[in-house]
Amino acid sequence: MLAAEKITVRVRVNGEPREASVEPRTLLVDFLRENLNLTGTHIGCDTTYCGACTVLLNGRTVKSCTLFAPMADGGEITTVEGLSTNGALHPVQHAFAECHGLQCGYCTPGLLLSTLHLLSNNSKPTEKQIRKAIAGNTCRCTGYQNILKAIHMAAGEMGKR
Amino acid sequence: MYAYPFSYHRAKSLAEATKLLQQLGEESRVIAGGQSLIPLMKMRLARPSALIDINFIPDLSEIKNQNGELRFGALARHTDIEISEYAAAIPILHDCAAGIADVQVRNQGTIGGSLAEADPSGDWAATLLALETSVVCTGPQGERSLKLEEFFKDAYTTALGREELVREVIVKKPPKNSGGAYLAFKRSAPVYATASAAVQLTLDAKDTCKDARIVLGCVGLTAIRAKQAETELRSKRVDERTIERAADAVREAAEPQSDMRGSVDYKRALVAALVKRAIGIAVRRARGERVEAGHEYVGR
Repeated sequence: MLAAEKITVRVRVNGEPREASVEPRTLLVDFLRENLNLTGTHIGCDTTYCGACTVLLNGRTVKSCTLFAPMADGGEITTVEGLSTNGALHPVQHAFAECHGLQCGYCTPGLLLSTLHLLSNNSKPTEKQIRKAIAGNTCRCTGYQNILKAIHMAAGEMGKR
Repeated sequence: MYAYPFSYHRAKSLAEATKLLQQLGEESRVIAGGQSLIPLMKMRLARPSALIDINFIPDLSEIKNQNGELRFGALARHTDIEISEYAAAIPILHDCAAGIADVQVRNQGTIGGSLAEADPSGDWAATLLALETSVVCTGPQGERSLKLEEFFKDAYTTALGREELVREVIVKKPPKNSGGAYLAFKRSAPVYATASAAVQLTLDAKDTCKDARIVLGCVGLTAIRAKQAETELRSKRVDERTIERAADAVREAAEPQSDMRGSVDYKRALVAALVKRAIGIAVRRARGERVEAGHEYVGR
């Protein structure tokens, strides 16, 4: 067994500088959950399928179960904890709540970030574009219809701001 | 899930990456986007003792358009290619880039990593073999350029030397009157395709096929050039009959294995159907029509 030499990973998470010394094999999702205690990012399938672990890394969504933490060093990360401001829900969160875009809520953090990523690149997505944008996020409760409604609503709300 | 422990080394330049490969020995591996390698490591199907991270090497993700060629830095992410205007001018490239797995994987996975991994179900191999593509490899002996046909040796096996890595992927722009399409059928967005077809056709003024390339993905240990199918089209008018003959040749050329994605017969039928459709789209594009195409899956 190889001696696991630890490595310091420094990132900005939701605007705050954070760091921890971890084994190189530490996955970004475990780094966030176990080392930084940000448990809003979920581990679903742990096989690059379901997207529950989706976070923004330098403005783009990634599956944090499929990235070793040192690969994100120096990066800017947004997790679900970074969406609300002073207790006020982000428009994307508000829209999901309003439209019942969630039931059990397990996939929701990932879907919120995929939605944010979509809307920051395309403020008026078509239904087809929305479907493509969330194809890497699996929800086993809703049947997706209310998620699509929520994303439409979020697009409208964010357009007004 | 945790990978087997490894030591982590960050290369600041390609020269340093090569040096690290020499120093760290046989069990070391280069990691780019990691979208193939990390899942394999988590399942412990791959167990490198050391990883050399090339993600921090500057200027390795550039996409350049010069001298009739597109040059993709090894670290160009699938998303970079999906949104590249240069790549949009060669529709088959956009078809491929825009449909690989899902947004998150496209944001992270790289063209260089995909080729170097040589997964039999990868999307880039079939797509790029339908074009004139070469791979620039760099190592202790300097650089060499390999035609993509010579680059792939077997499943997960390339001509890359132990201490070499991919620096750049060069695609020659197809001539005018040329059109192509990449179609892949998958059960859902994040998974590998069950079968895929890459077709690039060049027509003359009378709509006769001057040149054709037909490449099959996911139905063999490497992507397969269906040369007999190409012959069925070359120097002929592309019509229902010639397309049907090409599809018959494709069924013969495919070497699929039966697995959870489908039986041998199913995959032969599927890949032939994909080729037929891809030929139709390639012809329309060669005539200048804009046609949407790419990966297909349920719920799309």
